[in-house]
Amino acid sequence: MRFSIYRYNPETDKKPYMQDYDLDSEANSCYMVLDALLAIKNTMDDTLTLRRSCREGVCGSDGMNINGKNGLACTTHLSSLKEPIIIRPLPGLPVIRDLVVDMTQFYQQYEKIKPYLQNSEPVPAKERLQSPAERAKLDGLYECILCACCTSSCPSFWWNPDKFVGPAGLLQAYRFIADSRDTEKSERLADLADPFSLFRCRGIMNCVDVCPKGLNPTKAINEIKELMLEEAV
Amino acid sequence: MNLATQRFDAVIVGGGGAGLRASLELAQSGLNVAVISKVFPTRSHTVSAQGGINAALGNTDGSDDWRWHMYDTVMGSDFLGDQDAIEYMCKHAPETIYELEHMGLPFSRLDNGKIYQRAFGGQTRNFGGELVHRTCCAADRTGHAMLHTLYQRNVAARAKFFNEWFAMDLVKAEQGIAGVMALNIETGEVVFLQARATILATGGAGRIFQSTTNAHINTGDGFGMVLRAGLPLQDMEFWQFHPTGIAGAGVLITEGSRGEGGYLINKEGERYMERYAPHLKDLSCRDVVARSSMIEIREGRGCGPKGDYVLLKLDHLGTEVINKRLPGIRELSITFAGVDPLKNPIPVVPTCHYLMGGIPTTVHAQVLTVKNGQDHIVEGLYAAGECACVSVHGANRLGANSLLDIVVFGRAAGLHVQQSVREGLGYRTPSSADIEAALSGLNRWNNNQNGESVDVIRNELQKIMQNDFGVFRTAEHMQEGFKKLEKLQERLKSASIKDKSQYFNTSRIEALELDNLMETALATAYLANERTESRGAHARYDFPKRNDRDWLKHSMYFSDGTIDFRPVNMKPHEVEPIKLKDRE
Repeated sequence: MRFSIYRYNPETDKKPYMQDYDLDSEANSCYMVLDALLAIKNTMDDTLTLRRSCREGVCGSDGMNINGKNGLACTTHLSSLKEPIIIRPLPGLPVIRDLVVDMTQFYQQYEKIKPYLQNSEPVPAKERLQSPAERAKLDGLYECILCACCTSSCPSFWWNPDKFVGPAGLLQAYRFIADSRDTEKSERLADLADPFSLFRCRGIMNCVDVCPKGLNPTKAINEIKELMLEEAV
Repeated sequence: MNLATQRFDAVIVGGGGAGLRASLELAQSGLNVAVISKVFPTRSHTVSAQGGINAALGNTDGSDDWRWHMYDTVMGSDFLGDQDAIEYMCKHAPETIYELEHMGLPFSRLDNGKIYQRAFGGQTRNFGGELVHRTCCAADRTGHAMLHTLYQRNVAARAKFFNEWFAMDLVKAEQGIAGVMALNIETGEVVFLQARATILATGGAGRIFQSTTNAHINTGDGFGMVLRAGLPLQDMEFWQFHPTGIAGAGVLITEGSRGEGGYLINKEGERYMERYAPHLKDLSCRDVVARSSMIEIREGRGCGPKGDYVLLKLDHLGTEVINKRLPGIRELSITFAGVDPLKNPIPVVPTCHYLMGGIPTTVHAQVLTVKNGQDHIVEGLYAAGECACVSVHGANRLGANSLLDIVVFGRAAGLHVQQSVREGLGYRTPSSADIEAALSGLNRWNNNQNGESVDVIRNELQKIMQNDFGVFRTAEHMQEGFKKLEKLQERLKSASIKDKSQYFNTSRIEALELDNLMETALATAYLANERTESRGAHARYDFPKRNDRDWLKHSMYFSDGTIDFRPVNMKPHEVEPIKLKDRE
């Protein structure tokens, strides 16, 4: 199989370039894109640089752009891809080296939405009660793995990475707004009411298209907008 | 020499569940604490934990008792677990769960709004009676939910993180440990992080085996660091093989799938656990189930063209249970086995999963060494989580006791460090020789040229461990494996990396990790050879019985090859000791 991979090492390269590798993926028992990238690194070129950890789609380390679409290398089957397989770093984020991007802005936007439960009531001796129906509202939200596939596929984030929270952050914002145990819903909504944080979303749904966990940030964003309307009325 | 130094009250190595629970305790207390993690914290392996976390809340059954939980844990450990530590863990389990719930962890719920609890292996009522529902969970993504919740609380508490920094070695001092030598992966900068207390929370080392449920990052970094500092590891022969790793891929399928009613079958469609363990069947302890599956495969009743796996049947549970309680399992099975468990059984095989042994500690997570048969506390050094051996798991861990272990003892470490700092725990100053020693691994990899590659040595190491130190062991195989390992250790000294760059050099990190894998494998090989009995996960053909007269003791390994022993603690503080008896 032919791979065309984005290369850039700030110590030695003036500019990024694409490098081709031919790998016998069957002989190397490669099923997923990650298997192939590691086989290339291990047997052909140890300078190829990428992040990886769990190799099962739950840690969110190996988000990258594969044949033009963001996804996780470890859960993308080679058999689903056309050759040459073109691998680039996630778009819209500064490249540190090869497929490793600087995720600082992504994490800053995540932290901005106060991604933790806030509850001003006295702490009970046992658990806070939550009905299965209330808990079900968190499904499709809490499973986010912070891989940045969605946010880095969003043109609104490319334009305003410092001001637009982006789909991943907004999904988490709604995860806490929707939690029956959180008492700061109004403040959370008010924090997103400026023209940029949330309203730069144009609803083009790139985020939904690429999410490797099948989550729907656009829906969460719309839910937040509706709650804002309700609060305003 | 000109070495950058930064000072903290506490430095925590590792950003998984144990590290983040410790850092939360310390950051909230106002101490100056730094977490250094080789990956962004939510990429740590805690994220892969699925089934849940045990605590005797009695939510599903109406009643439960931490003493029953303690009994099950001691039985599960095959009596190698320290009863004072198990008592501490099981007693503190309920408050630990409530604390996690208050932090925001999105637990699954019962109709009455309480936390949902499912059945899991080895969990009983009334000291060995009927199965109990003791495992709290967030569907089958409990580790993910826990790790993200703990990270979120750390964001709120403004803990300081050194993300994508690699801890290369402990820096010793005349008395105890002065801190760690750390490498900034992005820039290649080396910094000495000096601390009143250093807490190791470096997780496991499943990557010493070819087939493992563990993440690529589980390379036993804390084990390498401790051994190179002249300190011992304990019970390193006890590796848990999880009965249900996806055949070929190694990806974990939670025991919760059997807790929800799934069961294992052989090629004849027989539910074979009924034959091996009539009482608890598929929910027997993991060592029992894994051995039974291996016997089925070895005796020709395995499934598939090569007969090299068994099947986990779930389809009878129905769409609602699978989609509500086991959605992650369904996703993993479709992706990695090409099988939808709603329709077909999942091909599974016992797969290396967890290390019961590790860095010996007190119940307050203080690291211990032994001198002349006496325990000594190592000043300024703590360990918690999978890298530690308290020992609450003994020779075999119960499912859903590891998430409990990491939060209970992460918290215990945080509490004890706070107290020690209040009582005046100071800094220790290393000599220039101590500093040099902590840099020697990095210098070797920077200087070595034209040697064998990391990948070649790593592959051989994994093959040796898989073939000679697997589910069943014999002296013959282990001694052969041991000789091969010693030769490989020599070859590792002259191995080299081609990439010598500074920026985000992951080849260099993998090389440093390989040093740690080798130390871990050797510790395992030494102690597995030494223990001439079968106990828990350490199963020998040539010594098939447990031998309490000679082997009811913890084994200790030092990197010079010295082996020592410590007694098992059979003296809990509040309850009667649990007396020796046979397991099912």
